[in-house]
Amino acid sequence: MSGSPSRDAVPPAGGAVYELARDDVERKRFLKMAGKTMGAGAAATGLAAFIAACGGSSSTSSSTGGSSSAAASTTTPSTSTSSAPSASGDLAIVNYALTLEYLEAQFYDKVVASGLFSGQNLSVIKTFQSDEHAHVVVLESVASKLGTPATKPTAKFPIHTASQVTKLAATVENLGASAYLGQAGNIKSKEILAAALSIHTIEARHAAVFNELLKMSPTPDGAFAKPTSMSQVLAAVKPFIA
Amino acid sequence: MKSSNIASPELATVEVHGISRASFILRGAMAAGAAYGATAVGPYVSSALAASGGGDLAILNFALTLEYLETDFYTVKGKSVGLSGEAKSLATLVGQQEAEHVAALTKAITAAGGTPVKKPTFVFPVTDQASFLKLAYVLENTGVGAYNGAGPSLTNPAYLAAAGSIVQVEARHAAAIGLLTGESVTPDGAFDKPLSKAQVLAKAGPLIKA
Repeated sequence: MSGSPSRDAVPPAGGAVYELARDDVERKRFLKMAGKTMGAGAAATGLAAFIAACGGSSSTSSSTGGSSSAAASTTTPSTSTSSAPSASGDLAIVNYALTLEYLEAQFYDKVVASGLFSGQNLSVIKTFQSDEHAHVVVLESVASKLGTPATKPTAKFPIHTASQVTKLAATVENLGASAYLGQAGNIKSKEILAAALSIHTIEARHAAVFNELLKMSPTPDGAFAKPTSMSQVLAAVKPFIA
Repeated sequence: MKSSNIASPELATVEVHGISRASFILRGAMAAGAAYGATAVGPYVSSALAASGGGDLAILNFALTLEYLETDFYTVKGKSVGLSGEAKSLATLVGQQEAEHVAALTKAITAAGGTPVKKPTFVFPVTDQASFLKLAYVLENTGVGAYNGAGPSLTNPAYLAAAGSIVQVEARHAAAIGLLTGESVTPDGAFDKPLSKAQVLAKAGPLIKA
């Protein structure tokens, strides 16, 4: 299903990403279709079901609490020990990334709207806001091609002071970079892997900027960035989902 | 492949956390081999290592060349050009990390039975801190493009994990340098462009003398 006809002739990855970004018509058409068949209830529980399926039972995961963790323990094992990835595996990963991007985009929307930043800092934040929204567009498009895209979660982030928000931004971006790194090895499609890699390093850039603003090291993990598992990331972002 | 390589080799992946599945299985196979003798694990090991064959090693050696370049640039050229303040501390940090990348890539190539490229001689046309930082910005961003371009071609999952771990750090370097120089921290916009080997050589080639 991840289909280009010949695995040896994968088109230039940069081209694939830009095509997906421009491919708006197909995405909107699909979402219209999906909206008709998916009831509001199904859409609302979409994220919970997704977390349950992908939260996994990794020994490193912290408790996710509630029904989603019960579901997680009886369904798919954690990605690090699951069987060979498949197209449906790619969809799960893309939807996971899309969920994180939805949260990041809303984070920046709230930060911009807060009026806490001005001048150069605001300019940087607006650039990052635009980056995350662009990631959402591409990942929605990729997910639509593979199946049903994740439902957009409603984000809740504490936005109080510039200093507090900068710290939160560093947390979110460093987590995002680590999340992408954690999945790189699980993606089956070379095209989707290329897209994920091209987003992964953007999140790393964002993270480094906020680290620097906080007078912290741009490379908190040193010479080799550390991946974080899907279950750990989802547990970490749970407080930011309304 | 020499039987001694199969009987008791280390699988020297680079030091990333979160062992890939293939690498985990391979380590298990080697442990079993140590207990039961080489023949039990021989075919499994040789096919797993063959999976990271010529293509992967060529990519790792290309990466090693770039890491040699960056290490030389920050540690040798950085000293001779005379850096101060934040530029100096950043160059020191980055140079140390590039040297770690050299060590890790060399170890991985050797462990796979390959021959690491020798360190080339480089020439960096920079004369002061400003021109040094300008070139640093180019090199780091080129490094990001190089790893992102090569990544999908890697067949061994352990190498992809390592490349991902390294490229994230190169991207952080690029952003930190951009902040220092006032250049864009995201010069490609929302998506970092993967570069082909030819595109990378267009940037880095002129700096390699021998």
